[in-house]
Amino acid sequence: MTLADLLPLLPLLIVTGTTVLAMVVIGIRRSYLLTAGITIAGLLLATLVAAIMMPWTNQQITPLLIIDQYSLFFTVITCAVAMFIAIFSFPYLSNLNDTKEEYYLLLGTATIGAIVMVSSNHFVSTVLGLETLSMSLYGMVAYPVHTGSSAKYPLEASVKYLVLSATASGFMLFGMALVYAQTGTLAFSSLIAVGSGIGEGYTIAALLLITAGIAFKLSLAPFHLWTPDVYEGSPLPATTYLATIGKAAMFVILLRFVEISGALNFSSVVAVFSLLAVVSILAGNVLALLQNNLKRILAYSSIAHMGYLLIAVIASFFAEGTVSIEAVTFYLLAYVIMSVGAFGVATVVSNSQQELDDISDYQGLFWRAPWLATIFTGMLLSLAGIPLTVGFIGKFYIFLAGVESALWVLLGVLVIGSGIGLYYYLRIVYCMLLPATDARPLPLTGTQSLSSQGVLVVLFILLVVLGIYPAPVMSLIETISAFI
Amino acid sequence: MILVVLISVLFIGGVLAWISERINPDYPRLIALIAILLDLVLMLTLLGGDGASDGAWLASISADWIPRFGISFYLAADGLSVLLLLLTAFLGAIAIGSAWDEIKERRGFFYFNLLWTLAGVLGVFTALDLFLFFFFWEVMLIPMYFIIAIWGHENKNYAAMKFFLFTQVTGMLMLISILVLAYFHYVQFGVFSFNYHDLLNVSTGGRLEMWVMLGFFIAFTTKLPSVPFHSWLPDAHSQAPTAGSVILAGVLLKTGAYGLIRFAVPLFPEASMAFAPVAMTLAAISILYCAKVAFAQTDIKRLIAYTSVSHMGFVTLGVYAWNEQALQGAVMTMLAHGLSAAALFMLAGSLQHRIHTRNIPDMGGFLVKVPYMATVALFFSIAALGMPGLGNFIGEFLALLGAFQANIPLTVISAFGLILASVYSLWVIQKIFHGEYTSSNFDDSHLADLSRREMVYFGAMMLGLVWMGMYPQSFLDLSAGALNEILARSELIIATVVQN
Repeated sequence: MTLADLLPLLPLLIVTGTTVLAMVVIGIRRSYLLTAGITIAGLLLATLVAAIMMPWTNQQITPLLIIDQYSLFFTVITCAVAMFIAIFSFPYLSNLNDTKEEYYLLLGTATIGAIVMVSSNHFVSTVLGLETLSMSLYGMVAYPVHTGSSAKYPLEASVKYLVLSATASGFMLFGMALVYAQTGTLAFSSLIAVGSGIGEGYTIAALLLITAGIAFKLSLAPFHLWTPDVYEGSPLPATTYLATIGKAAMFVILLRFVEISGALNFSSVVAVFSLLAVVSILAGNVLALLQNNLKRILAYSSIAHMGYLLIAVIASFFAEGTVSIEAVTFYLLAYVIMSVGAFGVATVVSNSQQELDDISDYQGLFWRAPWLATIFTGMLLSLAGIPLTVGFIGKFYIFLAGVESALWVLLGVLVIGSGIGLYYYLRIVYCMLLPATDARPLPLTGTQSLSSQGVLVVLFILLVVLGIYPAPVMSLIETISAFI
Repeated sequence: MILVVLISVLFIGGVLAWISERINPDYPRLIALIAILLDLVLMLTLLGGDGASDGAWLASISADWIPRFGISFYLAADGLSVLLLLLTAFLGAIAIGSAWDEIKERRGFFYFNLLWTLAGVLGVFTALDLFLFFFFWEVMLIPMYFIIAIWGHENKNYAAMKFFLFTQVTGMLMLISILVLAYFHYVQFGVFSFNYHDLLNVSTGGRLEMWVMLGFFIAFTTKLPSVPFHSWLPDAHSQAPTAGSVILAGVLLKTGAYGLIRFAVPLFPEASMAFAPVAMTLAAISILYCAKVAFAQTDIKRLIAYTSVSHMGFVTLGVYAWNEQALQGAVMTMLAHGLSAAALFMLAGSLQHRIHTRNIPDMGGFLVKVPYMATVALFFSIAALGMPGLGNFIGEFLALLGAFQANIPLTVISAFGLILASVYSLWVIQKIFHGEYTSSNFDDSHLADLSRREMVYFGAMMLGLVWMGMYPQSFLDLSAGALNEILARSELIIATVVQN
């Protein structure tokens, strides 16, 4: 490994260095502000470096990591979102009655894992990245466990996530072993031309095991059962991390693996993917109708959104050209923006002592804090796919990918699912429109934090600008999608 | 360029109105009124140039928007669009007038939503890029949702949600259809395009064409609305504030009809020809069934809402007869019904404002207390039932005349709608304004006659209806060119298909 090899790894190295630096600083002097500041600055630096490197970097670094424009695009997203979450965490955790500094170490290591995941085209780096991310998340989820009344069940959520996640990893590893038996390599490689291995039956079994493992992590129904409980039990910044970076990084692996291995050439795999998509869209949307807890609603809606994304993955097999890969990429970007925004609003009005996650807590928000309510409404309408927002362009892409590949049944399910989805998104919006009651006044604690508000404004601007004039980002995504 | 100005005046006006509330709560309505009147004046300049009669585009602008998929920011207006733009701005001004005193809370946000709805409607009437069209189609929904959900009456959440779900879900079907068309263009010509003129050249063909056409048809007939997609309308109308009802009945419903004329039929001439008997049957059912249902209502706003569905049946009938008279009739009905339905909703709204009930059995004998209002109500009821000399008669007569050439049995059946219309219209007048006056069922302390401001805008609408009834040629001339252009195109295609 030469210096030239290290250069493309710069974003990863910066995040790693930041984490180590933060750890050393904690050892020397405990300062909440300083630790958070180092983490945020490091993540910002990594974001900028990755963005600058993007146009001219395209290199396989060791067999494990591929640093191309596509992985750098998601490195930028990962680092930027991690930075936003760190900014949201600062006021949220500031009144935690415990040591707070180590939280940022966990956030840093989680981000290392996520960067490895989006740059992975090898099973070893997949597992390394995934486990680094998951291990850190167990800690983040359980972080306020020693204090009383914060997030309701952090320990329960963490253990639930740990056990189910480990089970899923087990499935995935077994699948990988079977793939290895077939192809003789742990790098992602085509499963089609290989005829001499242990046979097609094993290949399909391997693909299904890997799919099951990935579906667990992406919380695709029927592997979604952990999602609402973990989302509800975790402190809000950890939920945000889990819901955005955790999902996006996993989806990049799924996309790369499916495209390189040609998994969709097996019709049974296509059938399983379609079934997962249909069940996720319907189950996610229908179950969200029954919830009154904001975090649970967003959890179920994320299940549905993963189902929408899966449609574009399936479409990538049936149509020529890169439209469906662009669709996945754009939708992931949109999903990350609107999820961070929606959870961000909830984080801003909550803190580690008290989380406001019941819909009725938001009653009258439009008249108490008009800007906050406008941003929240924008995020929710975007999740519902209404024009003027980035969510609409994302949905447009998915529809286009589906039409190209003539997936009429899946498109029909998508229409039904989105229709149901409107109901619970609008329910939250309607609640914000009701007259404010004095019975449960909203303590707008975090709203004093200017930096958190700044992040929300940035996200809102992104939401609207990408919704109205997406052309530049579209052409960027068109370029990078050629690398998959 | 002028089209962009027209739309942005409303968008910007809306934002200004919202902000200005902080300075003085009376400013928003003033700003809204100025913005809409400015638009009205600008639209009149569109009429100045000639060329409307030969179907040319009076104004257009085109710029790249999303080049990756051949999407452009393409607005254009011909005679048909201009007529509907004028209707929109006129009713917009009237709606602001009707909200002038009625809306007392959160005025800034109200006028913001009102202007943005209207801006979306203007966009729908002028967009010739199908992506842009869909964009505006959805943009007008959200502010309307807010108008119903915030300023509506007792059951507003249910009504607003139903309105939004119906239009959004069917809108998604239309989006799929639009994408299929664009993809076919890609397959046949090698590039994506959402341009209306490009898509006219796409041949879909076969069974798929029918499905794609149905995507458009369902979206448009939900908005129109027509049986069986009409059930959102009575709820939305009865719960919306008066200005919301005016915009809904007068303008939003017309976007559905416009879509049928501009997109659904011209883009799929063959499928539409095959589908016409079904569409006309639905129209006939709408006309008769909803007239009958209207008669059974006790809520005055629901009653008017059902009569709207009934009258819109004539539009569907005219569009699917697809000849010049029928189309002219459909357009005339759209214009005349826009005025008469808006006026009736305003009368219902002002009654509710005065006595706080919409329940017809509680009312009676109001002629004694409010003679002016009674007279105005009688005028608009008679207009709605299709009295010769007023606009609605011209529209429905032409629609029936055209439909008669296409399908005699359905036209004969539909014509009975005119009789039912007389029955329910006169019945309502008799129930509310005639008979014994009793005030036992409500508090009549605020039951005052029409104010001078109300007389002004009711007068303006009366004038409009009389003009349409007495000298319809001035409107027919404007739309004739555009309609003939559309007709000629589709007939050409149908002729070649028949030859082959």
